[in-house]
Amino acid sequence: MQQTTRRIRGVVACVVACGAVVAVALIAACGGGRDAEMGAPPPSGRYGIGRAATAAEIAVMDIDVGPDGVELPAGQGTVSQGAKLFGAQCASCHGVQGEGMPPAYPKLVGREPREGFPFGRDPKLEKTIGNYWPYATTLFDYVRRAMPLFTPGSLSNDEVYALTAYLLAQNEVIKADATLDAESLKAVRMPARDRFVPDDRKGGAAVR
Amino acid sequence: MSDDTLLSRRELLTGAAGAIGGALIARVPALDAQGAPKPAAAPGTAPAVPPVVPPVALPVVPVDPTKVPGLPTSAQGARSPFVTLARTPTGDVTGTSYSPLQDLTGTITPSDLHFERHHAGIPLIDPARHTLLIHGLVERPSAFTLDDLKRFPFVTRTHVVECAGNGRAVFRDPKGEKVTPQRAAGMSSNSDWTGVPLRLLFDEVGATSEAAWFLAEGGDASVLTRSVPMSKAFDDALVVYAQNGEPLRPAQGYPIRLLLPGWEGNASVKWLRRLELGTKPWMTRWETSKYTDPLASGMARQFSFEVDARSIITSPAHPGTVDKGWRNISGLAWSGRGKIRRVEVSINGGKSWIDALLHPPVLSKAYTRFSIPFAWDGTPALLLSRATDETGYVQPTRERIITVRGAGTDYHLNHIVGWRVAADGRVFFHGDT
Repeated sequence: MQQTTRRIRGVVACVVACGAVVAVALIAACGGGRDAEMGAPPPSGRYGIGRAATAAEIAVMDIDVGPDGVELPAGQGTVSQGAKLFGAQCASCHGVQGEGMPPAYPKLVGREPREGFPFGRDPKLEKTIGNYWPYATTLFDYVRRAMPLFTPGSLSNDEVYALTAYLLAQNEVIKADATLDAESLKAVRMPARDRFVPDDRKGGAAVR
Repeated sequence: MSDDTLLSRRELLTGAAGAIGGALIARVPALDAQGAPKPAAAPGTAPAVPPVVPPVALPVVPVDPTKVPGLPTSAQGARSPFVTLARTPTGDVTGTSYSPLQDLTGTITPSDLHFERHHAGIPLIDPARHTLLIHGLVERPSAFTLDDLKRFPFVTRTHVVECAGNGRAVFRDPKGEKVTPQRAAGMSSNSDWTGVPLRLLFDEVGATSEAAWFLAEGGDASVLTRSVPMSKAFDDALVVYAQNGEPLRPAQGYPIRLLLPGWEGNASVKWLRRLELGTKPWMTRWETSKYTDPLASGMARQFSFEVDARSIITSPAHPGTVDKGWRNISGLAWSGRGKIRRVEVSINGGKSWIDALLHPPVLSKAYTRFSIPFAWDGTPALLLSRATDETGYVQPTRERIITVRGAGTDYHLNHIVGWRVAADGRVFFHGDT
């Protein structure tokens, strides 16, 4: 766990400045930004509520995989292994070819349109992993935590790598004979990787 | 009196049915397929359609309620059998149900009618076995039970929750006329929420200065995750355990949910079980594949958290009718950026606008009820509403959104919509603005 200087903010900083002896009286006056009904915080800024989380309980739940893939687990899977798993566990909802049953079960496979990312112009275009998803790690993370819909969390890490490999290969992102593991998945660059920009709406007169 | 004998609500209310004679009870009005009471036939005439009696035990209704004692007290109240309020369930675990905006008054959505959007069903969670884990860039990784969270100072705030997909169907198909307020904008609801300011929890665990985003994770079968900027935690984010005075309903996240006022509903993660602090977003499915806004420029906008200002007239509305004479035009407006400053109503399709009354209290990031008296003279009318929020943002037309974002844009759609009143008083949806 990263140990760093604690963030000092608002009321806590104010109490320190005002001095402990008159802190209670002064908190209300100088605690701007703090909601009146919350009352005065303890001088330490902490209430001492809750218990320490153990490393073991964190490890059980901490399965998220971010875009740089550093959290990816050990294991590996091939495209062909993934094809078998997909047919057995996924095709009933997402279709044999990953064509989906929208809107509940989205289309997964398809690279068209290959140029220009014209989704904003054409409402008929269907978004897929291959034409829209900016990060391959998202696919691993989502399948591992949420799929299959009626038995979520039932896939081993090897199986998640295999399904990820199969879906990326079907979307022509990796080769049909590929094997995925943590290192090779980290290296995958999705076709739509550079197509996302942060929200620029800010209120005011402009409609964006 | 045969089982088919029906009394209209008016007859029941006025006691006119006393003329029927000694019979003191009658069945409640029959319900149509949507659960709405069928209009009763005029007195003395046969119903045009045979009455449908629902296959449930119906209460008996005294002809004169002043002549017989009523029901005793009960553990939980129920709505009048004359009131039918219903969401629009889809019957699947990845489905939705919309709030019946046209049937509600004021601004608070009854908890059992709050809209739903679930991604793997509604989990059944034993609060005794549920904890909120906070870890990552914190000095003291910690676990909090529901009882722990209730020991912190609490606040109660009234806020709207709106799905990022609210209004998408009528944006895609603006020509549909048989659309209700529920279908047009019912993926929004407004509640009193009670819980702990998230900043108290982050202070408690010692959030480090490196933390810039946190991941919120739900304890449902989709284990839904969203990345949220830390700035929201130190602004107005809450971890809430109560809604409208009672514990959260299961569909709204029991025992606890994240509540990010004014932000797209998906980020207010229900069944909250874990918060992980980090330096950058996790790029989960719900902030990449979904809930992003493709733009005509060939890019897609991401993390479109704040809900743009929006309004909708909820009465009159389809499938209702308008009678000649005075009535109210009434509706709801809200903004994810603060308070509603103004709602204008047009009865001529936007040729001219009139300021509607904003009913107090006008709260930030919450429903505001607006109304304006309206005397219908029998000529066809096109009723529209247009909200302005305290930042000066004015609700745009559909055409304006298409101009600035593109016809293929998706999510976060807040265009002006309204209702066409035909010469015969029937009301139809108008979405092509």
